[in-house]
Amino acid sequence: MGYFELFISCIFVNNILLAQFLGNCPFLGTSKKMETAVGMAMAVIFVTVMAGTITWIIYTFILVNYDLVYLRTIAFIVVIASLVQFVEMFLKKSIPALYAGLGIFLPLITTNCAVMGVCVLNIDKEFTFLDSLAASLFYAIGFGLALILFAGLRERILLARVPKPLQDTSIALITAGMISLAFFAFQGMV
Amino acid sequence: MVESILFTFGLGAVCGIILSFASKIFYVYEDPRIAKVENLLAGANCGGCGFAGCSAAAEAIVNEEAPPNACILVGPENVSEIAGIMGSEAGTAEPLKSYNTCDGGNRATDRFIYNGLNSCSAVTSLYGGKRDCTIGCLGYGDCVRSCDFDAIHMGPDGYPVVDKNKCVGCGACETACPKSILEVRTVSQRLLHLNAAEDALAPCAQTCPAEIDIPRYIGHIRKGEYEEAVNTIRERNPLLLACGRVCPHPCESYCRRGIEDEPVSINQLKRFVADYEMTNNQRFPIECAPDTGKRVAVIGGGPAGLSAAYFLRRAGHHPEIFEAMPKLGGMLRYGIPEYRLPKKVLDWEIEGILNLGIDDHTNVRLGVDFDFGSLIAAGFDAVFFSVGAWNDYNLGIPGEDLDGCFTGIDFLAKIGNNEPVRIGKRVAVIGGGNTAIDCCRTLLRKGVDKVYLVYRRTRNEMPANEVEIVASEHEGIEFVFLAAPNKVVGNEENQVAGLEYLKMELGEPDASGRRRPVPVEGSETVLDVDMIITAIGQSPLLSFRGKGDRLDELQITRWNTFEVEPATCQTNVPYIFAAGDSATGPALVVDAIGGGRKAARSIDQFLRGKPVVPQPRALLNKHIPGTIFESVDGVRHTKRTPMPELPVAQRIHNLKEVDLVISEADAVYESGRCLGCCRLCYNTDS
Repeated sequence: MGYFELFISCIFVNNILLAQFLGNCPFLGTSKKMETAVGMAMAVIFVTVMAGTITWIIYTFILVNYDLVYLRTIAFIVVIASLVQFVEMFLKKSIPALYAGLGIFLPLITTNCAVMGVCVLNIDKEFTFLDSLAASLFYAIGFGLALILFAGLRERILLARVPKPLQDTSIALITAGMISLAFFAFQGMV
Repeated sequence: MVESILFTFGLGAVCGIILSFASKIFYVYEDPRIAKVENLLAGANCGGCGFAGCSAAAEAIVNEEAPPNACILVGPENVSEIAGIMGSEAGTAEPLKSYNTCDGGNRATDRFIYNGLNSCSAVTSLYGGKRDCTIGCLGYGDCVRSCDFDAIHMGPDGYPVVDKNKCVGCGACETACPKSILEVRTVSQRLLHLNAAEDALAPCAQTCPAEIDIPRYIGHIRKGEYEEAVNTIRERNPLLLACGRVCPHPCESYCRRGIEDEPVSINQLKRFVADYEMTNNQRFPIECAPDTGKRVAVIGGGPAGLSAAYFLRRAGHHPEIFEAMPKLGGMLRYGIPEYRLPKKVLDWEIEGILNLGIDDHTNVRLGVDFDFGSLIAAGFDAVFFSVGAWNDYNLGIPGEDLDGCFTGIDFLAKIGNNEPVRIGKRVAVIGGGNTAIDCCRTLLRKGVDKVYLVYRRTRNEMPANEVEIVASEHEGIEFVFLAAPNKVVGNEENQVAGLEYLKMELGEPDASGRRRPVPVEGSETVLDVDMIITAIGQSPLLSFRGKGDRLDELQITRWNTFEVEPATCQTNVPYIFAAGDSATGPALVVDAIGGGRKAARSIDQFLRGKPVVPQPRALLNKHIPGTIFESVDGVRHTKRTPMPELPVAQRIHNLKEVDLVISEADAVYESGRCLGCCRLCYNTDS
C-alpha cells in the first residue's frame, strides 16, 4: 500500500474517531471551543507519532523476540504513560513555548484511547517501521481534523435553538453520529 | 512465566529510571509555593478563574497576577491559607462583582424584533447585534444562563439585574455577554476607572468633569432609592453636598432634553439626595478596599486633595492630608462664601470623608512648618500636591498699596476665617469672575452701602456663572462695564478715596474669542469709593520650592502651575503627583474633584508597583463622536423645577444660605424628566 492510500485510509476511511470510535472522551470534552480543540489536536498529533513509533520498536525487538506478545497491552500502557510524562518534562525545559501552547492537554493524553488504539493497529496490520510512523501521523491528523470540524459545528450549534433536554452533550452526541455516518461514505475507497 | 515477570519489572524499572533521570536533567525551577497553592485549589480544572486549569491558576497566584481568592470554588479557609503562603493578608483580595452598565433593555426591544432568535450571541452573530443602539443590552439573557450561581435575573425592565450577595465574580457573564454590558470589577477598579470612549455614557456623564454616572443616579432617585443614588455619586465625587450647591453644572448644557426643552435640573437632584443623607443624619456606609499599608502625603486639603485622599483611602491606601489653613476645605471653605456653602454643611461632609480613616494635620504649611525631606523620611510612598491657586494677581496700577485695597481670595479667606476686616461704605470690586461676584455679595451682607462691580468688558463676556450674575443683579449690585482701572486715588491718610478708570469700547475679537476692549482716550472717570477689592484671577503659590530638595527639580509652567502629564497627573518626579488648581490653573470645584480622582488612579498604579500609564481610550472630558445630537424626537415640553431661593429682603443682611433644596415630590418629578440616555438611545416621553 502506498503512502497516499495510507493517507486516505487513515484520515477518511478508517478515521480513528468517526470510523473506529476511539478517543471519544476528548472528542466530546474538548470540542466546545475551537481554541481548546486546536490545542488538543496538536497535542494528540505530537504524542501519537512518538508513541506509535516507540511502541512499534518495543513490540518488534523485545516482545516478539522473547515471545511475550501477550503482554502487549500492559507494556503499551506503561510506555505511553511514561512517554507522555517524559515529553512533558522535555518540552517544559527545552521548548517552553510549545509546552505553554499544549498546556493541560499533554497530561490528558495519557488517558486517550486513540493513542493506544493507533499503536495496537500498527501492530495488527503488520506495518513496517516507516509505515507505522506514517500511519501514526495520519491517524492523528484524522483525529485532529474530526475534532476541529466538530468544534466548529458545536460553536454554531450554540447559536441555534436546541430543545432543552437535548442541549450540550446530547446534541453533541447526535451530531457526532451524523458526522460519523457522513464519513461512512468513504468506505470502500481504499 | 519468568520472562513475563522479568519483562514487566524490567519495563517498570526502565521507565522509572528514565523518568527520574529526566526529572533531574529537565528540571525547571518552579516556585515551591506553586505546588502548595495548587494543593489548596479545588483541582477541578473548571476554568472559572479564567486560567487554563488549576496549575496555571496557582502559578498566576504565586506570580501575583491573580488574587488569593481567584479560585471560585474553594472556601474562605483555603483562601486565607493561600494568602498565608503568599505572605499577604487574606484581606488583600478584594471581591470581584458583576455590574450591569446598560439599562436600555426595554427601549431597545421596542425598536427591533428578531424573528425566532433567543440568545444574545446569536443575534450578535447574525445581525451584529444592531438595534437602535449598537452597544446596548439585547435582553435575551445569555448572561442569566451563563451564571452558575443564580446571581443574575432578568429584571422587570428587560435588562439583567445582578444579585450582589450571590455573585462570586467568576466572570462567566462578562464572557457570555456579546455586547460587553456586564463588567466584573472590584470596587476600586470601578472607582478608579476613567470614562473611556467605549463606555455606555450619556452626554451629561461625558461632560461632567468628575465623570459621575448621572442617568444612573437620577434613575435611582426616580425609584426612591436615595442611598443607591448617593452611592452612585460617591463612586466619582465625594463632595456631593458642596457640588450640589456650588457646581455650575456643565452637564446640564449637554442634557438631551435641553435640545428640545429645558434641561433636567441635574445639580438640584444631586443636592436633593446629598441633603437627604445629611438632614436624616444617616451617613450611608462607604465601602473601602482592604488595607495595602501604603502611605501617601496629600499637600493641601481643598477639593482636589480631599478627592484624591478619599479615592486613595477607598482603594486601600493610607493618605494623610497636610493643610496650611486652620481647617480643611481649601477654596470651598475660604473662597466660597457662607451664603452659598454653609460651613456647617462643609464640616459634615469633610467629617464623613475623614471617617474613612484619613488622618489630617491642619495649620501646617509646607516649607514653613515642615519640609519635603521630612515627609520622605516619615515613610510616605508618594506625595500628592493640591495646593490650589491662592495667589491673587495684581492690577499693576499706581496706588494699589493704599490702605483699603484688598485682593479677592485674601479678602474671602479672611472673612471665611472670621478675621476682622475693616470694611468700607462704598466698595469697588474689580473683575468679572466668580471670585469678584462672591466678594460683592459677601460685602453686601456685611452692611456695605454701595457695591460696584468694575469689569473691562460687558456682561456677555463675564466668566462668572450666569445664575450668580442674575442673583447679584437682584441683590442690587451696580455693574460698571467697559471700565479699565487706571489708578487708585488716595487721601492724606493714605486711605483709598476713589478709583479712577478709563472707559473702554469693544474692538476686534482676541485669541479667546471675546472682543478685546480698547480704551477711549481722555475718558478718565473717578468712582467715589473707600475700599477696593481686586479679583482678576489667581495663580498657585509655590513658595515652598527653592529649599534645595527634590521639589526644585519639578517642572513649572509659565502660569506658575505644576507641569504634569495631563492624563496621569504625574510630575517629572515619579513619586510626586499634582492636580486641582495648582496643576490646571483656576477652574471649577468639580474639575478639582475629577483631577483628584485621576491622580488617585495613577498613585494607585504607582503604589502597586505598576507602570503609571494613561488609561487607554480615556475621554478626558471630550465627547464621544456622534453622541451629541442636533435634535431629539419624542420630547414633550415639561416645566423645569425652579430653584427655590430665599427672598432678597431676607438674605442680603445675613449670611444665610440663599439657594434652597427642592422638595422630595419635586425631586421625583424632576428625575422623571430625565430621558435616561445612553450613548445613542434615550426614552421618549409618551
